[in-house]
Amino acid sequence: MIYYLKYDTLTICKQLVNKLFQENGLSYSFINLNEVDINRNLSEEALNTLRSQLNEFGVEIISSQKSILVQKIKEAIIDLVNQEDKLILSKTSQHLSKKLNQSYRFLSGVFSEVTYSTIENYIILQKIEKAKELISNGEFTFAEVSWKLNYSSAAHFSMQFKNTTGLTPTQFKKIIIRRRVNAIENAAQ
Amino acid sequence: MSNEETIRILLADDDKEDRADFMEAFDGLKIKTTIETVKDGIELVNYLQSPTAVIPDLLFLDLNMPKKSGIECLIEIKQMQFLNDLTVVIYSTSSSEKDIEDTFLNGANIYLKKPSDLAVLRKTLLHVLTVNWQYHTSGLNRDNYLLQL
Repeated sequence: MIYYLKYDTLTICKQLVNKLFQENGLSYSFINLNEVDINRNLSEEALNTLRSQLNEFGVEIISSQKSILVQKIKEAIIDLVNQEDKLILSKTSQHLSKKLNQSYRFLSGVFSEVTYSTIENYIILQKIEKAKELISNGEFTFAEVSWKLNYSSAAHFSMQFKNTTGLTPTQFKKIIIRRRVNAIENAAQ
Repeated sequence: MSNEETIRILLADDDKEDRADFMEAFDGLKIKTTIETVKDGIELVNYLQSPTAVIPDLLFLDLNMPKKSGIECLIEIKQMQFLNDLTVVIYSTSSSEKDIEDTFLNGANIYLKKPSDLAVLRKTLLHVLTVNWQYHTSGLNRDNYLLQL
């Protein structure tokens, strides 16, 4: 019998972090979902213990100011791509600058310094990942996907997809669908 | 790339020269890596199943190997639950559509055709590490992790 598990990831994350912080005897308060204020300075050793405990669950502690800014930039980009707001997607630099209250020049400098990549590349990466998701859902044509993600044409979208993944959207779709069919057949055996 | 973390790489390739080129290509990159090599498929599977093994972040897998082929290794690896997060890079001289499709269908993440030029190899490996790092740190959906180079 196959059961389906529905996750509320936010609750899982909160519970997990609370549990680990309490086990470590920390007093803390959340500023928001991602930022936490620990009411004393942790020793190097205590921080490393906490870091490795959280790491096991895919939670990473970021303490350098530059890395925090990079993380905020990344999250802002992911938000933008997921909103599928064509108007904003066409003006990402303005939007990021306004949202994070820094000049775009400064943001892109810090981003490149920390990640060895650029904001532009990161936006392309996220758009292509979003495209993959939309394609593998099977609900949209390539023309619809390219429109949603603010490409000027399906041809332009296909080209960027191919440049980024080495595969055409058609090849990608074929592989993903056949993998899924295989997985279902294997489970049924 | 992350400034502190060392990336663990395992190469399975029976060709001595290809192994040497691979190591040399990484020498020129300013990324902290540890590279282990195995010479065939049997050695690879034994390595991964050894209780003391440190699981690599990326496995570069040659297709045409004696004793146990790359595709046989891939199928076995995909059945090992503890290797779920391992990125499998097919590293082959072949660029046949069939090999590419077969390996992707069996769970490979990246298909990399061996470049003949060392500088190109170095650049391509850097690209692979960058993409892999993004998948690792940006919470991207690994089911959709397909890249052909």
